[in-house]
Amino acid sequence: MLSAQNAAPKTIKVGYAISKTGPNAGGANITQIPNYQLWVQEVNAKGGLMIKQYGKRIPIEVIEYDDRSNSEEAVRAVERLIEQDKVDLLLPPWGTGINLAVGPTFNKHNYPQITFSAVTDRAPELAKRWPNSFWFLGTSKQYVDALVELLVKLRKEGKINDLIAMVSVADGFGTDLSKAARAGFEKAGFKRVFDKSYPVGTQDMAPIVGEAERSKADTFIAFSYPPDTVAIVDQARLTSYAPKVMFTGVGTFFPLFPQRFGDNAEGVVSLGGWSKDNKATMEYREKIRKLVNRDPDYWGSQIGYSALQMLEQSIERVGKLDRAAIIKELQTGTFDTVIGKIKLENNMPKDAFWLLGQWQDGLYVGVAPQRPGVADLRVPKAPWKK
Amino acid sequence: MSVRNLAILAALAAGVVLLAFVPSVTNGYQLSLAINIMSYTVLATAWTLFSGPTRYVSLATVAFFGIGAYTVAVLGEELAWPLVLLIAFVIGFGLSLLVGLSTLRLSGVYFVIFTFGLAELVRQLVTWYEVNVTRTLGRYVFVDITTAQIYWQLLALAVIVLLSGWLIQRSKLGLALRVIGDDEAVARHVGINTTMAKVVLFAFSASFMTLAGAIMAPRWTYIDPAIAFNPVVSFQVLIMALLGGVHRLYGPIFGVIPLVMLFEILLAKFPNHFSILVGIAFLLIVYAIPRGIVGLIEGAQLSLSRKGAKA
Amino acid sequence: MFTEPLLSGITLGGIYALIAMGLTLQYGVARIMNLSYGESLVAACFAALWLFTAVSVNPLLGLLVIVPLAAIINWLVYQVLLMPLVKRAPSRDALEVDSILATFGLLFIALGVMLPIFGGNYFSYSFLAIPVKIFGATVSASRLLALGFAVVIGVALYLGLTRTRAGTAIRAVAVDPVSALLVAINVRATAAFAYALGGALVAAGGVLVSMFLTFNASLGVVFTMKALIVVIMGGVGNLMGCLVAGMILGLTETFVATYIDPGLTLAATYIIFIAVLLLRPQGLFGARRS
Repeated sequence: MLSAQNAAPKTIKVGYAISKTGPNAGGANITQIPNYQLWVQEVNAKGGLMIKQYGKRIPIEVIEYDDRSNSEEAVRAVERLIEQDKVDLLLPPWGTGINLAVGPTFNKHNYPQITFSAVTDRAPELAKRWPNSFWFLGTSKQYVDALVELLVKLRKEGKINDLIAMVSVADGFGTDLSKAARAGFEKAGFKRVFDKSYPVGTQDMAPIVGEAERSKADTFIAFSYPPDTVAIVDQARLTSYAPKVMFTGVGTFFPLFPQRFGDNAEGVVSLGGWSKDNKATMEYREKIRKLVNRDPDYWGSQIGYSALQMLEQSIERVGKLDRAAIIKELQTGTFDTVIGKIKLENNMPKDAFWLLGQWQDGLYVGVAPQRPGVADLRVPKAPWKK
Repeated sequence: MSVRNLAILAALAAGVVLLAFVPSVTNGYQLSLAINIMSYTVLATAWTLFSGPTRYVSLATVAFFGIGAYTVAVLGEELAWPLVLLIAFVIGFGLSLLVGLSTLRLSGVYFVIFTFGLAELVRQLVTWYEVNVTRTLGRYVFVDITTAQIYWQLLALAVIVLLSGWLIQRSKLGLALRVIGDDEAVARHVGINTTMAKVVLFAFSASFMTLAGAIMAPRWTYIDPAIAFNPVVSFQVLIMALLGGVHRLYGPIFGVIPLVMLFEILLAKFPNHFSILVGIAFLLIVYAIPRGIVGLIEGAQLSLSRKGAKA
Repeated sequence: MFTEPLLSGITLGGIYALIAMGLTLQYGVARIMNLSYGESLVAACFAALWLFTAVSVNPLLGLLVIVPLAAIINWLVYQVLLMPLVKRAPSRDALEVDSILATFGLLFIALGVMLPIFGGNYFSYSFLAIPVKIFGATVSASRLLALGFAVVIGVALYLGLTRTRAGTAIRAVAVDPVSALLVAINVRATAAFAYALGGALVAAGGVLVSMFLTFNASLGVVFTMKALIVVIMGGVGNLMGCLVAGMILGLTETFVATYIDPGLTLAATYIIFIAVLLLRPQGLFGARRS
């Protein structure tokens, strides 16, 4: 009886359902899947996760499903992982909507949900509702607050006027951020002279960029998705529209961006950011490069990998596959990760990573919040080169 | 009612009672699989209710499904559940009457594309409204409804759809529709109000789809237009119905079950080769089972009875 | 101020027409409702990208390779995969249903080939992204080139179809395959030719739009739907209709974006599309089906 209890399992089953096909596949492929592959590879290279209860390392066995970018499929796949495959741990799917859809299932079976590709203003409320859920990217408000703070400083220095042109993609991401931004700008006394949304998939940006240019705003902000981000920057370059501050959305911090725009990427601002002085972060980039033959993105990738490291450290500290204890450890412990020390507060990291970055000399460096290694924002944006 | 009909009815009733016990003998995953089968059964049967006899191929399924889901997202936390379902039904019925009345001139592929455009239009308008008026795109659905309850509601709805389909077939309306399906001009000549018949049937079919969407909404916690109006649903319903066979009301069930299982197995065993295997499976279906599975079964029965007659 | 939306509307319209021309032939003449159409377009985008980045062949030269190759592949697809369906179909409607199912299968196969190679990642490269000034408005040379191609191909094919013998045969097949057979037209060979020609056109469209659009393997369905709308609106099988419908949609989008709200561009195109269908069910330039 006793020996049966002590018999170590051959493997630790880690399962995930993620969008390998459909509209979410683009995001999942860049931010999430390489992280999962790298993490499993690194852990198994060490012989597996060190489980004190059994006194040895146990390798990870992966079970993966495709949720086809569909909430209903994702819920079912997660249920299958839990009930049929009896996985020991679950990794989260990609995106805000799907993470919310599987939230109740993770919660019902008390699996830690370390979400790092969802930005929602209800994150604090969700963390209370589902204490097993962790929202690493936080709320849109924190990004917008950082942006407003930067702009207020620039205005005080006389570098920009108080007019803002803003567009957003009509999706959860764009709507959440633009809503938070409206409130933030109003409070800080900025005037939004252009403020519109456009449907997902729009790649003809001439009317929008034209309107923004005519608005005479020094600050142009687009809460956009990768194809529209590229289209906006391309159109601005084409018509030589050079706002002093140019902020564009998802895609700006993808490897695609500097490849596509070269020197013209210089000075563009967006979410996320990179610490060039942090050795661990740079090593992480090298590993991802070796694994998938391209760079990670400069926002969620590093945070996602850190979340996985935190999960790993929690398990090893707990010393057994006791999910309630692992969740407790994640909530209260302090962890060493590729982006530095992280301690969670209300299931969200605080001051652990860059909220805003800017392309400077070929690197996407963090410019906010004010923390060690911060780079100065370069304003005005460098002129376009033809 | 003949003895044979009574026997069939009794067998069906027994089947439904048995199906009602599914939640107590399955784990969460198996129950979700049952829910998936049940929801597609409702959608594909409701689709066949209209498209089977009239031969109008509709891609608007998800427009109504999504409207149902959105009704719940807006009203789910405010009103009692039966009232929410009733409102969803009324909205679906009203909207489909409107759509039905305005699309009478279309036939064939124009109707197909029109219905697709309709679904996309509804999605764009909902998106625009949410972005510009409510200023939040996603809606959270925290309603106290268990998975088992969702399953039972879908089962009840499936029974209602099948029963009403059966009643319609036996009514004057059913006869009228069969004539329209064969030749609309003839139908008009023999004095059938083709417009009325089509519109009424379309409205019933669409409001069942709306109800299905309303029932399914509490499954997802979070709803946005991309989730509620996912065009894949319309295509999947179409394919399932065609695979099962649309010349019988129960035909789609024979398409839903194998396809849901096929998708499930392929997704589980070959998550990285899902697309290519589904593609090959489709081609095989088209070439090997041209008249749907029901057609295949009936064909086999026919040749068996012929053999029997010869012997 | 007014010339800007006008110019960008026309270029956008040209792009819509360009990506829809192949479908109008495949669907209008060969009667194949090709749901895998967008995947062919994306495949051409990838082919152009690969030629440009790996072998440094510029996309315009790439056309010379990709377009004939696409014609051959499409001809083979029609002969091998679709011919059995054409042969067994008792009616045009039956063929439509079968072709929807079969090309839906092809769509998944095409995706299944592209996804493992390219993943879901976005791709984009820059070619001829040079500003060109016309009447004070600026537009990129690559988009202008796509517009030029659309107009040239559209008009040339329109003239080819209306002024030549072979063109007349193709139109006859489009209008009435049974009667076409009676006047000694080889209906199946003509349909196969039209399908291959449509495949060549969609490849050309793919190569041209890859110069300025950002794409990934999952984007095909977006193109299919856009193309379907243009085709249905313009009248199935009519290249002139394609061009006009594309222009209407392009201009609608840019004018709505400029003067009303960019958030309503797609809603506006669907409203126009639905209105055209309701008022003129056969499409703007379509002949009424008997």
